[in-house]
Amino acid sequence: MAIVALGIDLIWGYTGLLSLGHGVLFTLGGYALAMHLKMQIPANASSPLPEFMSLYGVEKLPWFWAPFASFPFTALAIFLVPGIVAGVLGYLIFRNRIRGVYFSILTQATTIIFFNFFNGQLKMFNGTNGLTDFKTVLGYDVNKFVPQYYFYVATVILLGLAYGLCRWLTSGRFGRLLVAIRDDEPRLRFTGYNPTGFKVLVFAVSGALAGIAGALYTIQTGIISPGTMNIAFSIEMVIWVAVGGRATLIGAILGALVVNFAKSLLSIKFPDIWLFFQGGLFLVVVMFLPDGILGWLRTEGVNAFKFLTGQRKAVTYPSLEEDPEAQYERSQFKD
Amino acid sequence: MSQKILDIENLTVSFDGFKALNHLNFSLNTGELRVIIGPNGAGKTTFLDIITGKTKPTEGRVLFKGRNLRSHSEHEIAQMGVGRKFQTPRVYLNLTPRENLELACNRKKDVFSSLFKPVPSAERRTVSGLLQTIGLTHKSDLSANLLSHGEKQWLEIGMLVAQAPDLLLVDEPVAGLTDEETEKTGELLLSLAESHSVIVIEHDMEFVRQIAQGTVTVLHQGSVLCEGAFDQVQKDPRVIEVYLGQEAGHEEEMILS
Repeated sequence: MAIVALGIDLIWGYTGLLSLGHGVLFTLGGYALAMHLKMQIPANASSPLPEFMSLYGVEKLPWFWAPFASFPFTALAIFLVPGIVAGVLGYLIFRNRIRGVYFSILTQATTIIFFNFFNGQLKMFNGTNGLTDFKTVLGYDVNKFVPQYYFYVATVILLGLAYGLCRWLTSGRFGRLLVAIRDDEPRLRFTGYNPTGFKVLVFAVSGALAGIAGALYTIQTGIISPGTMNIAFSIEMVIWVAVGGRATLIGAILGALVVNFAKSLLSIKFPDIWLFFQGGLFLVVVMFLPDGILGWLRTEGVNAFKFLTGQRKAVTYPSLEEDPEAQYERSQFKD
Repeated sequence: MSQKILDIENLTVSFDGFKALNHLNFSLNTGELRVIIGPNGAGKTTFLDIITGKTKPTEGRVLFKGRNLRSHSEHEIAQMGVGRKFQTPRVYLNLTPRENLELACNRKKDVFSSLFKPVPSAERRTVSGLLQTIGLTHKSDLSANLLSHGEKQWLEIGMLVAQAPDLLLVDEPVAGLTDEETEKTGELLLSLAESHSVIVIEHDMEFVRQIAQGTVTVLHQGSVLCEGAFDQVQKDPRVIEVYLGQEAGHEEEMILS
C-alpha cells in the first residue's frame, strides 16, 4: 500500500498531476501475479487449464496466459505491464498538452474502461469474481504461515527499494525539473525543455510502483478482482498521500500506513459508518493540515516541541526570526 | 549591412476574426537592441508569442537566423536560441534561485541526461557568477517565493542569460519596480545588449529613454506605425495621437517627455 502511495506522491506531490487511475495500474500488477499463481496447476488436475476456465467451457488456454507460467516473465510483467500502460496513456495525454483537472478526468475514465473490460471477460479473467484460490508460488504453499512471512519481508524490502528509487528521482536535477513542471510548465518550454518526456517517464515509474504494490496485495490477501479498479479505491490512494503530506516521500508511506490502520480499526468497530471517518479525515487534512501530517510536524510541530521544552523563547515577530533578509542584515551590522 | 537575426514578413494573426497582428513587417539586425512601444492592445505580447512559438501565425512567416519557425514547438525554438522573459515574473517558486538558474543553464535538456548526469562544474561557476550579477548570492538557497517582486524580475532575467540565447525577448521588465530598481535593470539590459540581440517591450517612457540607443518601433493595432530614434518617434504626431486619442493638447508632451 505504501509503495503505491510513493508512486502517487511522485506524480501528484512532485509533478502536480493528480491521477485518479492508479487503481487500474495497481490491479494490473495484481492480475499479472495472480495469473502466474493460477498457472500453478497441480499435476493431478483434471484439466491443464486454470479451474475457472473449465467452468465456462474454455478449452484452449488464451495466448496471453501462456507466458505467465514462467516466474521470471511474471516478475517482469508485474511492473512492466502497468508501467507501459501508464507510459502509453501518459504519452497520449501529455503530448496533447492535457493538464490539470482534465488529466484527472481522463485517468478516471480509464478506470471505467478497464473495469468494464476485466469485469466482462468471464472466460479470460473470471469476470467480477476475480482470481482467487491460489495454491503455490515457486513450489511453496501460499497459505502457510512461513511463506506469508517471507512475503512480508519481501514487501518491506521492496518498499525500501521503491523509496530509494523515488528519493533518487526526486533529488538532483530531475527532481527539480519535476517541481518546475508543477510550478510553471509553459515557462519550462520557453526555457527549452520538453516536459512531455519527463511526465511520461514519471507517470510510467509511478504506474510500475502501483503494479508492484498490486502484486504484493494480491499474494497477501489471496484475491484480486476488478473491485480494486474502481474509482473509489483510486481516490482512497490519493487520500493516503494527502494525509501523509504531499511532496514528502516519508509522508506518503506514513499516510498509507495511518489511513489503512485507521481503516481496519474503524471498520471493525463501526462497520456501518467507518467510511464517514475516512471522508472526515480527508476534510480535516485538507482544511487544517494542507501539507499533511508530516508537513505539519515539520513546521508547527517543531515549534510546539521547542516551546514546550523551553528551548525557544516567545518572540514578538516569529517570522522575523526566520527571515533571511533580517538575518543577513543582522550579520552585516555585527561586522 | 549586418546579418538579420529576425525577419518577419507580412505577419497576420487572427483570433476568431480579430486581427491581433495585421500584415506586420519587422526585422532585427544581429546585436541590435530594439525597443517596442505601443498602446494597450497593440499586439505587443502576441508579437512575442509568435516568435517563441506559443501562437502560430495565420499568415506570413517568421525567420529566425534564416529558418522558418512555423513548424517548431516552443522548446525547440528556445533551444535554437530565443529566450523570453514574461511580463509578470515567472520563476519556479518552489525552487531556490540557484536551482532556477541551474535548470535554465543546463545544456542537455533531454530526460536521461538530467537523470544521470550531475551538474557540470562549469555550469556551477556560471550560476554563481550570475547570482552575483543579479545580487541574489545571499538568498541563493531560499525558495524563490520568498523573493520580492523586483528580485523575481531579476532572477528571471538571470535565467534568461543562463539560457545563453542569441535573441532575448523582454516583456515589460520594469513593471512594478521602484525607480532605483528600474535604473539597475536598464543598466543590466544595456550590458546584455553588448553581446546579444535584444527586443524590449515597454510602457515606461522614462525607461525607454534610458535604454533606447537605437531604433524604437511603435506598434498600433497590430501593425508597425513608425520606426526611428526615440526623440524622433516621440515627436511624431501619429504616435502622439494613438497614445492620447483625438484630444490633442499639451498634456501629451508631459506624458511622452
